[in-house]
Amino acid sequence: MTEETKPFEPVIIGFTCNWCSYRAADMAGTARMKYAPNVRLIRLMCSGRLDPTFVFKAIAGGADAVLISGCHPGDCHYVEQNYKAMRRFQLMQRVLTQLGVEPGRLKLLWASAAEGQMFANEINKFVEEVRALGPLNWSQPGERVSTPIMEEVTA
Amino acid sequence: MSKPKFAMYWAASCGGCEIAVLNIHEKILDVDANFDVVFWPVAMDAKYKDVEAMEDGSILLTLWNGGIRNDENEHIAHLLRRKSKILVAFGSCACEGCIPGLANFSPIKEMVDTAFTTLTTDNPDNLRPQTSYTMPEGIITIPTLYPVLRTLDQVVDVDYYMPGCPPESHQIAAVIDLVVQVLQGKAELPPKGATIGAGNSTVCDECPRKRNVKTIKEFGRIQLMHADPELCLLEQGIPCNGPATRSGCNARCPSAGAQCIGCYGPAEGVVDYGARLISAFASVIDSNKPDEIDKILDGLVDPAGQFYRFNLAGSLLRSSKSAQKG
Repeated sequence: MTEETKPFEPVIIGFTCNWCSYRAADMAGTARMKYAPNVRLIRLMCSGRLDPTFVFKAIAGGADAVLISGCHPGDCHYVEQNYKAMRRFQLMQRVLTQLGVEPGRLKLLWASAAEGQMFANEINKFVEEVRALGPLNWSQPGERVSTPIMEEVTA
Repeated sequence: MSKPKFAMYWAASCGGCEIAVLNIHEKILDVDANFDVVFWPVAMDAKYKDVEAMEDGSILLTLWNGGIRNDENEHIAHLLRRKSKILVAFGSCACEGCIPGLANFSPIKEMVDTAFTTLTTDNPDNLRPQTSYTMPEGIITIPTLYPVLRTLDQVVDVDYYMPGCPPESHQIAAVIDLVVQVLQGKAELPPKGATIGAGNSTVCDECPRKRNVKTIKEFGRIQLMHADPELCLLEQGIPCNGPATRSGCNARCPSAGAQCIGCYGPAEGVVDYGARLISAFASVIDSNKPDEIDKILDGLVDPAGQFYRFNLAGSLLRSSKSAQKG
């Protein structure tokens, strides 16, 4: 197949917490559950460690979507840091929408260590949602920007 | 012995940086005493061809203010980079895009339409500038706009960064003192890439207001409320950008009763200014319920504008999707 005819495979960066959501992913793995390989997981100690910079960097670097995953509300290993992640998520959604990134490209998912199946299902669902949105193709530094297009404007 | 050469140039900017340089008062005489001013379009007549005729590297110090908005800006950026030993991104526009960089939220057509059709413009024939026009005397051209504004270091190599909109005059004077001392062999230049004429901490660090524990139940707009004159503004629910903004201005705005809007750019170690503020603001919202959080966030009328007022072009994402498409 040529580059043109290949189906679009979204690149998704996923941030998981060490105590719940990463273990959910681990459980899905050890139980040999099959799920879409589009998510590259990065383990943080806590979803509260998620600096919004990570999300913007992922998008600027070419990711089509970002998944943020942590312990269920009330279950955080660090008491309440997942609430902080939730508030950051909600504020990030607003900022990214203003920048033209569809809200569907940023997902927050609570997963306990026992929820391997749910985690796998949610990832499958998310990959299909992002596939439907299409590639994000955020411009790389220096790319496109030096194309003078004043002619189109004045025409 | 001839004096070292000095140049200052403006690209997409407002001219406030030049005013700030003149605001150093009699210190400006030090510039004249120590430098031969060879190129400074806002202050003296000079032609691009004069600069082109100079030897490469023959200008010791060039202060560049403004972002790169059109092909003329880019051409002169490359030219002055070649001719200058030390190129300083001077002021917020050159460092991070500043207010002209806010156009990166919109497609270029929207920007041009706003400039040429809105109420404040008298343009009954709905004309737009043409990049080239044939006159009886020949073809005349104006620079071509680019889809988005870029910062100076997104176009050429930059030696030093001097933040501020505009840089505070006492900071400019201090930098001129330093350069003069370097010329006299009494001081050394900071390492390449350093931020000069500013602090290494945050505006909060210099702010005289009292700080307690921040818990925000409601964001408000400063003009619609009676803010406590002594208490931290952010604690009062007024979106103040101090926590992510570089120190160096002596916390002028919060001291005078207005919130910091972030003109000194990202503090030391901050990669993405807006992301740092999202982090800071979200952390102090006093709610764990998604619906209530949404209601509190409604108080931030324009979050992207709040967080990227000075920094959009210099941020990780640089522009909105619609601006990239042109």
